[in-house]
Amino acid sequence: MTNAGDGAPIVRMTGIAKRFGAVEAIRDATLEVAPGEIHALVGENGAGKSTLMRILAGLFPPDSGTVELTGRDVTGWSAAQAIRASVGMVHQHFMLVPLLTITENVILGREPRRGLAIDMARAQREVAEAAERNGFQMNVRACVRDLSVGEQQRVEILKTLVRGARILILDEPTAVLSPPEVQELWRVLRALKATGGTIILITHKLDEVTEISDTITVMRAGRTVARFPTAGASAQSIARAMVGRDVLLSNDAATPAPSPTSQIARAGLDVRHLVVAGERRARAVDDVSFAVARGEILGIAGVEGNGQSALIEAIVGLRRATSGEIMLGDRDITALSVRERDALGLAHIPEDRHRRGLVLDFSVADNLILGRQREYDHRGTLDRARVLADARAAIERAEIRPADPELPARALSGGNQQKIVIARALARETSVLVAAQPTRGVDVGAIEQIHARLRAARDAGTAILLVSADLSEVLALADRVAVMYGGRIVSTMPRSQASEETLGPLMTGAA
Amino acid sequence: MSAKGLPAAMRARVAEALLPPLVALLVSIVAGDLLILAVGQSPGAVYRMMLEGTWGNAYGFGQVLYKTTTLVCTGLAVAVGLRAGLFNIGAEGQLAAGGLGAALVGLALPAGTTALLAVPLCTVAALAGGGIVGYVPGVLRARWGAHEVITTIMLNFIVLALLSWMLSGRLRVPETLHTQAIRSGELPRLATWWAPFHGSAANASLLIVLAAAVATSWYLFHTSRGYELRAVGLQPEAAESGGVSVGNTWIRALTLSGALAGLGGINFVLGYEHYYEEGFATGAGFLGIAVALVGRSNPFGVVLAALFFATLSQGGLAINALVPKQMVDALQGVVILAMAASVPEVRRLLAIGRSAR
Repeated sequence: MTNAGDGAPIVRMTGIAKRFGAVEAIRDATLEVAPGEIHALVGENGAGKSTLMRILAGLFPPDSGTVELTGRDVTGWSAAQAIRASVGMVHQHFMLVPLLTITENVILGREPRRGLAIDMARAQREVAEAAERNGFQMNVRACVRDLSVGEQQRVEILKTLVRGARILILDEPTAVLSPPEVQELWRVLRALKATGGTIILITHKLDEVTEISDTITVMRAGRTVARFPTAGASAQSIARAMVGRDVLLSNDAATPAPSPTSQIARAGLDVRHLVVAGERRARAVDDVSFAVARGEILGIAGVEGNGQSALIEAIVGLRRATSGEIMLGDRDITALSVRERDALGLAHIPEDRHRRGLVLDFSVADNLILGRQREYDHRGTLDRARVLADARAAIERAEIRPADPELPARALSGGNQQKIVIARALARETSVLVAAQPTRGVDVGAIEQIHARLRAARDAGTAILLVSADLSEVLALADRVAVMYGGRIVSTMPRSQASEETLGPLMTGAA
Repeated sequence: MSAKGLPAAMRARVAEALLPPLVALLVSIVAGDLLILAVGQSPGAVYRMMLEGTWGNAYGFGQVLYKTTTLVCTGLAVAVGLRAGLFNIGAEGQLAAGGLGAALVGLALPAGTTALLAVPLCTVAALAGGGIVGYVPGVLRARWGAHEVITTIMLNFIVLALLSWMLSGRLRVPETLHTQAIRSGELPRLATWWAPFHGSAANASLLIVLAAAVATSWYLFHTSRGYELRAVGLQPEAAESGGVSVGNTWIRALTLSGALAGLGGINFVLGYEHYYEEGFATGAGFLGIAVALVGRSNPFGVVLAALFFATLSQGGLAINALVPKQMVDALQGVVILAMAASVPEVRRLLAIGRSAR
């Protein structure tokens, strides 16, 4: 059924439109996927990629347009029907039960039975065989909770394959993976393709697109704007199609020059023998020491979950340090509250803007004063006029769109939401900026602008601690690179010595 | 786009605020019709009787205003909690404690103390009585993570039992469940200003309570503390990252919530009977939840919703001749269910409960 003649698409979506309330998620999308190919669906955040794929996976019907599978009209089918027709989707957020084993997760909902009980022996055998067949190395009795993110993702893929998926949709699968894990994923996908499987890959990372895919479809603002074979396409041309204009890619940017102020010896941020207790592991941060000078960006590379979050939270005052010292200039801030640290010029771009960065139901203006609200008190009342005036200025400076301070932050795109967070952090003079995942889930155009702002802050003399799971971001911005693994800083090196090749092994603890 | 989109956005916001209560009202009217038909009466006649007995004459309207006064207080209490992301189910105990606080001060003051002094003192005592009862679950939540739904329900029993014990010890007039009449701090009935209200319990505490609603609205939406309270309610982690102490904000919110419930005590004690009586708060706490939900946790919405539920409650008495009063209780239940199904805040609250587990 997969090879229904050359050229005949296995998936054909035509003229798809989908609206959620006032938001037009998809205006006009057309997608054709050939059997046995890896098809990259690329576009900025909010372009409608995930929505289009959820329609294909039967999670909701389109408002208009048709969905065909091997020439059969399946428009508006259900998720159960999609699974039966061997279309499976691996979501960005895993849908696994942490306390169950790999086997139990994989068979969930289709358990083999013996009498009333689950036939666990048979289940384990079957899941182990399926893992073997697809080239996964895993202990099917391991508890999902104890797996790394990459391993959990493989469980999620295995679960989809065991349910018979021959058309596999992956939504931003590499967002949480280290470079070696990404390579492992590519190996799995290529193996799947070799056995005749079809893969649709949602991503906004251009290097991935050029590395793995056969065909590219580009979405922009709810429309599919281009479709071309990967062979012959450059990252530059894909980016142009995504954004609709020429983009300065971070990797092309000039290597960060040592800034003129970097001679200033006075440390902006000095962390000494910091230990932070973790939730399950004894020490989330284990005896970490480093210093960031004024006018310098120290990038911390590492796979997520190696203590970066605890490190950030301890530095900004959200989590208590078990031992060690945090110095801001020559002042010990280890015991101070978030508010006190902020007042001393320590700014923070939280890693998760929806959880820590923004109050989504507050207006843009209200979000811009979060943390500074007491400064707007005027005789016991919030000075609305000043809040709005400052918001308009910040919106102007940070190019937040739409430029309406009264709009709820929820209504803005991810990139514009992140601009609010960054505008707030840089709203006044800061001596130290802790920037965690500053461009996560942000579109290419906004990344460019955010990176420029961080460089400008650095050049103005701010000490910046950049923590990013995106290695290319660390390499594009940092003057020095430190690698965090297992709660420790395992290596620190100047930017000139850092590369994917040197950092990759360090990030996985292999070196 | 924003220039043209703004009026549409405003319209959407207004529609979003008003639609759920209106839909709920429509559903309850239909349900009410069915209930009335089920007991063999004509809906038209019953509704006419209900209106006549409430808004149709000065006495009935006065009674509605009296009941409104208490419900505004418990409704504000629940609303302030909800704004901070907390579900205060203890308004009944807080209301009773506020009533006893007002009565104790009214009893302690020498007879003939000027109202200019006595009324504020008694009012502060009512706020303090409720505030203390609200402070306890606030601290329990902030310091030890004890969920306020559990602690406020449990505190209801404890506080009501405690008040009953205090009353039975030395305070009550023998053979009754109430204290002596207060010596000072009485508030005038509205009838002293407008004669047709004669006989109804409506009194000047209504004005104090309306002022409290205005003050609550000002606090929530026009002060930095209110901003922090709402930020904590919507996104506690973001508030924490912004340097707001989530725990202290919870304590502040539940104390304020309890104080507002306690304020309702002056309606009965200073304005109506002039003594504290066991059981005067019964039901007002739970009805306050309905008032806050229908009023969308907005102080002015709370005032309107309190008026609505007070009308239903008084109307239930008025139609007693045609249908059983329990029918109105059933109708209140329908209104609350319809609201719960249609109001986004409630859905979010339930979702939070699920994910917090």
